Amino acid sequence: MLRFIFWRLLQAIPVIFVVITATFFLVRSAPGGPFDSEKAVLPEVKRALEAQYKLDLPLHEQYIAYLGDLSNGDLGPSFKYPGRSVNEILGSGLPVTAELGLYALSFALLIGVLAGVFAALRPNTRQDYIPMGMAMIGICMPSFLLGPLLVLIFGIYLDWLPIAGWGDLPGDKILPSITLGSAYAAYIARLSRAGMLEILSQDYIRTARAKGLPEWRVVIQHALRGGLIPVIAFLGPAFAGLLAGSFVVETIFQIPGLGRFYVQAAFNRDYTMILGTTVFLSTLIVFFNLISDVIAAWLNPRLRAQFKGGA
Amino acid sequence: MRLFQSIIPASVLMALLTACGGGESNVESGNRDGFLHYGNGAEPQGLDPHVVTGVPENHIIRALFEGLAVKNPITLEPEPGVAERWDISDDGTVYTFYINPEAKWSNGEPMTASDYVWSWNRALHPDTGSLYAYMLYPIVNSEAYSKREITDFDQVGVKALDDLTLQVTLNAPTPYFLQLMDHYSSFAVHPETLLKHGKMTDRFTPWTRVGNIVSNGAFTLDEWSLNRRIIIKKSEHYWDRDNVALNGVYFYPTENVVSEERMFRAEQLHYTQVVPLDKIPEYRKQGNTSYVQAAYLGTYYYLVNTDRPPVDNVLVRRALSYALDRDTLTRTVLQETAIPAYSITPPDTLGYNPPKLFDYDPAKARELLAEAGYPNGEGWPGLEIIYNTQEAHRKIAVAIQQMWKKELNIDVTISNQEWKVYLNSVSQRDFQVARRGWIGDYVDANNFLDLFITDGGNNNTGYASDEFDDIILNLAPKAKSRDERYGLFYKAETMMMNEMPIIPIYTYTSKHLVHPSVEGIYPNLMDSLNLKYVKLHPGRSLYGEAN
Repeated sequence: MLRFIFWRLLQAIPVIFVVITATFFLVRSAPGGPFDSEKAVLPEVKRALEAQYKLDLPLHEQYIAYLGDLSNGDLGPSFKYPGRSVNEILGSGLPVTAELGLYALSFALLIGVLAGVFAALRPNTRQDYIPMGMAMIGICMPSFLLGPLLVLIFGIYLDWLPIAGWGDLPGDKILPSITLGSAYAAYIARLSRAGMLEILSQDYIRTARAKGLPEWRVVIQHALRGGLIPVIAFLGPAFAGLLAGSFVVETIFQIPGLGRFYVQAAFNRDYTMILGTTVFLSTLIVFFNLISDVIAAWLNPRLRAQFKGGA
Repeated sequence: MRLFQSIIPASVLMALLTACGGGESNVESGNRDGFLHYGNGAEPQGLDPHVVTGVPENHIIRALFEGLAVKNPITLEPEPGVAERWDISDDGTVYTFYINPEAKWSNGEPMTASDYVWSWNRALHPDTGSLYAYMLYPIVNSEAYSKREITDFDQVGVKALDDLTLQVTLNAPTPYFLQLMDHYSSFAVHPETLLKHGKMTDRFTPWTRVGNIVSNGAFTLDEWSLNRRIIIKKSEHYWDRDNVALNGVYFYPTENVVSEERMFRAEQLHYTQVVPLDKIPEYRKQGNTSYVQAAYLGTYYYLVNTDRPPVDNVLVRRALSYALDRDTLTRTVLQETAIPAYSITPPDTLGYNPPKLFDYDPAKARELLAEAGYPNGEGWPGLEIIYNTQEAHRKIAVAIQQMWKKELNIDVTISNQEWKVYLNSVSQRDFQVARRGWIGDYVDANNFLDLFITDGGNNNTGYASDEFDDIILNLAPKAKSRDERYGLFYKAETMMMNEMPIIPIYTYTSKHLVHPSVEGIYPNLMDSLNLKYVKLHPGRSLYGEAN
C-alpha cells in the first residue's frame, strides 16, 4: 500500500510541473496585462510598476525566479491586491471554501445515499422512479438558478434564513451549502443506487436474507459497505471539484471563499494569483484523487488483497 | 464506514441550524448601534491612497482619511478639511493652506505641513508608480519630478512654511485645484508608519492593515476580512468628531448586483452601490421609494478610429451620429436611467454647458451617407463595434446596430471582448468603433476635453488638432475669468465635435437603494458621499414602521 502511495506521489510531480509551466506561459501570452486599465497608464508609471513586480525581466528569468520562489513555498505578491501575497489570499479563502465544501458534501451524502439506497431497494417501481427523477432534475438544475430560487423562498418570502454572508448571521451557511450540494447529491444518489443494485444481487446478500436477517440489517451491515464503493471513489474528485467550482455559489451568496479569486484572477491578469490558484488546486485534485483511490482500495477486499500481494 | 458515520451527525447539525435564523436584521441592529451597512460593490484592491485606484477603494479611503479641503455633499463646493482655511494669491497660482491645529492622526499625533510634503513626494515619485500621480501635475515641476526629469523634490512647488502652513505653487491658475485636495491621491499618509514597514515608495507593505494603519479621517479601520467585510469605527482623534453621528460602517464587497438588491430587500444592507436595471420600474412604482437616481459626471460614448475606413470619413461619422435615436435608446433599453448626450462633457459641469451640434435626424443622416459615397447603404464595406463583455453594453450595441440598419441600410457587426482584451484593442487602436465610458475625476470640463489632446493616452481616436491642443493646454489655463475659460472650452469642444471622433450616447446617472432609516446621503454629480454626515433613525423599516 505504501509503495502504491509513493508511486502515485512520484507521478504527481511531473503533472504539477507541467501545469505550472503551461499556466505560466499561457497567462503571459494572453492579450492585455495586469496594469492595463480604462484610464491610460503613463509610460513612466507602467515602467515603475513592471520593475516592482519583476515584469521587466526577460520571460525565462521571470520563470526561473518564480520557480525559485515556489520552491520556498512563496507564491508571490498579488498584482490586483497590492500589499497582499497570494499565499495570504489563498490562506484566507481556503478555510471558507473548504467549510462550504464540507457542508455541501455532507448534505449531498446524506440526501444522495438515502435516496439511492431507497431507490435500489425497489428497483423499477415508483419508489425508484421518484427519487431518481428528482436526482435527474438536481443534476440538470444549475446553481445559478437553484441559489436565487432558494433565496427567494427561504430568505425573502418565508424570511427564515439570511440570504447572503458567511458567519455574519445565524443560519447564513445553510442555503449556500444546500445550493452547492444539490447537484452532488443527485450524482451520489445515482451512484449509490447503481452500486447497491449490484451488491444486492450478490450471493452473500442472498445468504444473509436466507438466514432470516431483517432487511435493514442486510442493507446496513452487509450491502452498504460494498454498495458505496462507487460513491467513495467519486468523493475525492467531488471535493476537489467543490473547492474549485464554488465560484457561482460564492458570488450569489457573497461568500469570502477561493472561488471568486480563482475566476477573477484570470479577468484581472493577476499572473501570480492565476498561477497560485492553479498550482494549489491542481495539487489538491491530485491529492484527493489519491485519497479516494486509497479509501476505495481499503474498502474493497479484492483490491486490498492485490496490494498485500505487492501490486 | 466511519467516514459515513461522522457525516450523519454533521448533516443533522446542519438541519438543526435550519430551525434558527430569521432573527434581527443588519438594518435593525445597525440602527440600534449606530452602524451603517453599506454595499460597496467590490473588494478594494487595497487602502493605500497613493497606490490604489477605483470607486470601492475611494469610499473606504475617504472615510479613513481626509484631504486638506473636502467637498460639501450638497453643493460640491470646497469646505475646510485638514486645512481650516486657505489663501489664494491674486494671480491664482499660490495656495497657502493653514492646517487646523486640532487635526490629528488616529494615533493622536498632530498633523503637520511636512506630512504633506513627504506624502506628495511619495505620490509623485516615479518608483511609487501611482496611477493618479497626474492629479498633482498642476503643481510646479511635479510632472518633471514624476517623469524623472528632475530628481530633487525641493524643486517641486510644495513647501512647509512652518508646522501648520503649507504653500503650494501652481504652473497656472487651476480653478479645480481645491477639488483635487479631496481626491485620495492627494491625501497625506503618516510617514513614520509607512517607514516602519518599508521604504517610502514601496507598494506592497502591510502598513494599511488593521493594527498598523494610522489615518486622519472621521473613522479608523477596525476589521478587514478579505472579500467578506471591512468595518470602520468612529475615530477618537478626528478634529470634528462631535459632528460624526455614526459609530461605524460595515462595507460589503457586493459584486453580484442581483444579490445586493436582494440583501437590501431582506434588510441586510442600508445602501446599495447599484440597482439592477430590471428592478428599477418596480421600485419606481412604490410610493416613498428607496430608489435614488441622480445625474452623474460621466459620459458613455463610442470611440471612432478616424484612421480606419469607412469611419475615416467625417461624413460617415456624422451620418452615424445623426441616425442614432438617443431619446428612444435611453427611454427603452436604459429604462430612463440615462440622459441623452450630444457631446463629451456632461451638461452643467459646474456651470459649463457643452455645445449641441446635431440631433436625431435620419433624413440628414442618409444625405450625409450618400455624400460619403454610400447612397442607401450601397457599397458599404461593413463596420464592427467592439465592447467589453457585459449584458448592458450588448443591449445598447444591438439597439444601435438596428437603428443604423433601419435608418441607413448598413450592416454593422457587434462583437464582445473580454475586459483586458478589449482594453488592449482600444489602446492599440485595433478597432473601428469601440464602446467607451469616462467618469470625471473632478467637476471641470477640462477633465473631459483633455482626453482628446493629440496622442493623449486616452484619445485612442486619432483625432489631432494643433488649435484644440493650444486652447486646452495653453489658452484655457491662462484665462482671466471663468466666462473666458468656459468660452474657450466651448470653442474647443465645438471644433472637436464637428470632427466627430466620438459618437456620444448618454450621460450616466448614479442609482442607489437607500433605506428609509438613513439620512444625510445627498445625491450629487460626483456621487460623492461623506459618511461623516450620515445619520440613522431607528424605527424606520422598509416595510412600514418597525416594531
